[in-house]
Amino acid sequence: MGALLEVKNLKVQFNTLEGVVQAVNGVSFIVEKGKTLGIVGESGCGKSVTVLSVMRLIAEPPGKISSGEVLFEGKDLLKIDKIHMQNIRGQEIAMVFQDPMTSLNPVLTIGKQISEAIIVHQHVSNEEAFKQTVNLLELVGIPQAEARYNDFPHQFSGGMRQRVMIAMGLSCNPSLLIADEPTTSLDVTIQAQIVELTKSLQSKFGMSVIWITHDLGVIAEIADRVIVMYAGYIVEEADVFSIFENPVHPYTLSLLKSLPRVDSRRYERLAIIPGSPPDCIHMPAGCPFMVRCGFAIERCGVENPLLEIVEDDHKAACWVDVKNGRAE
Amino acid sequence: METNVTKTNIPAISEVEKPPLLLSQLVFLRFKRHKMAVAGVFILILMICYAIGGTFFKTEAFSLVTDTSIRLNAPSSVHLFGTDAVGRDILARTIYGGQISLLIGLIAMILEVIVGVLIGAIAGYYGGILDSILMRFTEAMLNIPQIPLLLVLGKMLSDKISPISLFGRQFSGSVIVIIAVIGLTSWMGLARIVRANFLSLREQEFVTAARCTGTKNRSIIFEHILPNTMAPIIVSATLAVANAIISEAYVSFLGVGVMPPTATWGNMLNGAYNYIESAPWLWIFPGSLIVLTVLSINFIGDGLRDALDPRALTQAE
Repeated sequence: MGALLEVKNLKVQFNTLEGVVQAVNGVSFIVEKGKTLGIVGESGCGKSVTVLSVMRLIAEPPGKISSGEVLFEGKDLLKIDKIHMQNIRGQEIAMVFQDPMTSLNPVLTIGKQISEAIIVHQHVSNEEAFKQTVNLLELVGIPQAEARYNDFPHQFSGGMRQRVMIAMGLSCNPSLLIADEPTTSLDVTIQAQIVELTKSLQSKFGMSVIWITHDLGVIAEIADRVIVMYAGYIVEEADVFSIFENPVHPYTLSLLKSLPRVDSRRYERLAIIPGSPPDCIHMPAGCPFMVRCGFAIERCGVENPLLEIVEDDHKAACWVDVKNGRAE
Repeated sequence: METNVTKTNIPAISEVEKPPLLLSQLVFLRFKRHKMAVAGVFILILMICYAIGGTFFKTEAFSLVTDTSIRLNAPSSVHLFGTDAVGRDILARTIYGGQISLLIGLIAMILEVIVGVLIGAIAGYYGGILDSILMRFTEAMLNIPQIPLLLVLGKMLSDKISPISLFGRQFSGSVIVIIAVIGLTSWMGLARIVRANFLSLREQEFVTAARCTGTKNRSIIFEHILPNTMAPIIVSATLAVANAIISEAYVSFLGVGVMPPTATWGNMLNGAYNYIESAPWLWIFPGSLIVLTVLSINFIGDGLRDALDPRALTQAE
């Protein structure tokens, strides 16, 4: 399958009073048609900024995409004009946000909010938009869709609202759906439902998905390929099986260790990663993970490792061969 | 997990539960509890009936007839409210003057809301340089004292514009001048309120979500953000009507507002100045009409403020 979205060496920074925040530092990845890319990492590691840059929704100023290319079906999204971008948003690339409580407009009915996008992009009549909207609401599992068309967001529960958001995202049959932590504010059962829903819709429409989360459990469920981000860098990239079975980067390793497991003993405490991510204004000279890394060697403090191929299709950015416990 | 919920025999929502109250119904219920505001609505309706319904009893021509033989007559069965210094019937003049006063209040408010909302919304939504320019302009406008400006512009322009006819009535051109001047010098407070609300609302996730679906800026401003900030706009607009009526009365009282023979409640007071003690009916009737109208509008504004404020819900229960 070919690449639908190709991001090359994306760098994003924010100019603040305290200095320049290097939010994303040369991120490259590919999203293939019909596949799901998972992006994991802790808060503030640049996951959201990366996808918002793809949508060109970074506020400029203070934000600035300082270099890179975002090729969507061959077109560089960073170079096309605003009108074109407006057409791509919603029609080609749709986005679902983290908090369904705040991402729906409280004073507009959900029917209006969904049908608006349909009218904007497909130039259809109001009745046609109404029909499509009701279909979408049924598709995402809202019972009595027609009766609920005129309901306001506060009349829905969190999970229902997220379904509405997904319906809104799907309204124009996008080829790429970006889900920015769509299940973070939902409880576990609803989370499972949303993941299932996305998967079934994906197989139905053959769209690609970028799924951002810090929950590795969800990643295992939905992703085909995973990138692990840390301090604005991709530190590891592999298919979903290799990430879980054969992690190479110490950060990925620590993340996996801090995950509760069904087969762990009850009195065992979960592992934590000591310290906190580096301040993105004053980036350390070497590897940004070094201070928190159990495997760090001298070289880590001097030079930042590049993302290199470890095995076929498995990349990591580390000087140390973690498995064998020695420097490469 | 069922993704294809078919319409089975689930009863319709209306059969299971009463549908929740619409916002408008909720606001109405809360407004009703505000006794003074309800009284205000009644008085205001009464005033409007007076100004409009009165035309069936007294013609406009009658309000303009001067007859110095009956000047300064006290209220009597022929002239219920008495006559003024040139023998015109005060009752008829308060009816036709009321139309103008209310019209000035209403149109000046519309003008104020349009300008205030536009400037506030654009400044708040786009931010940056545009915001700085518009807000400095707003501050500059705030620095110009409204009343002296009204006096100067009223004096300069009020006799320059030829009379116009509207709704089958002939107005002095000065009405237009007064409306324009009041409307264009009172939008600053509203613009600031709207800007402040836009500043916080534009950072909300639903705005980003709307941009994500390719919604145009114009539609985000007017269809997504503006409805979220309607409450303060409605309250400001209500109070703006009262302010416009007062401002008109003020400048007309000083003799530079709406030019006679077109009557307004304000310029009827102008002639009354010399007869405060000898002919009190000259100012009592138009004066009380102004006070009643403005007071009732202010109470309505108060009531709306409480009714539209979601935080007021609990304490009013």
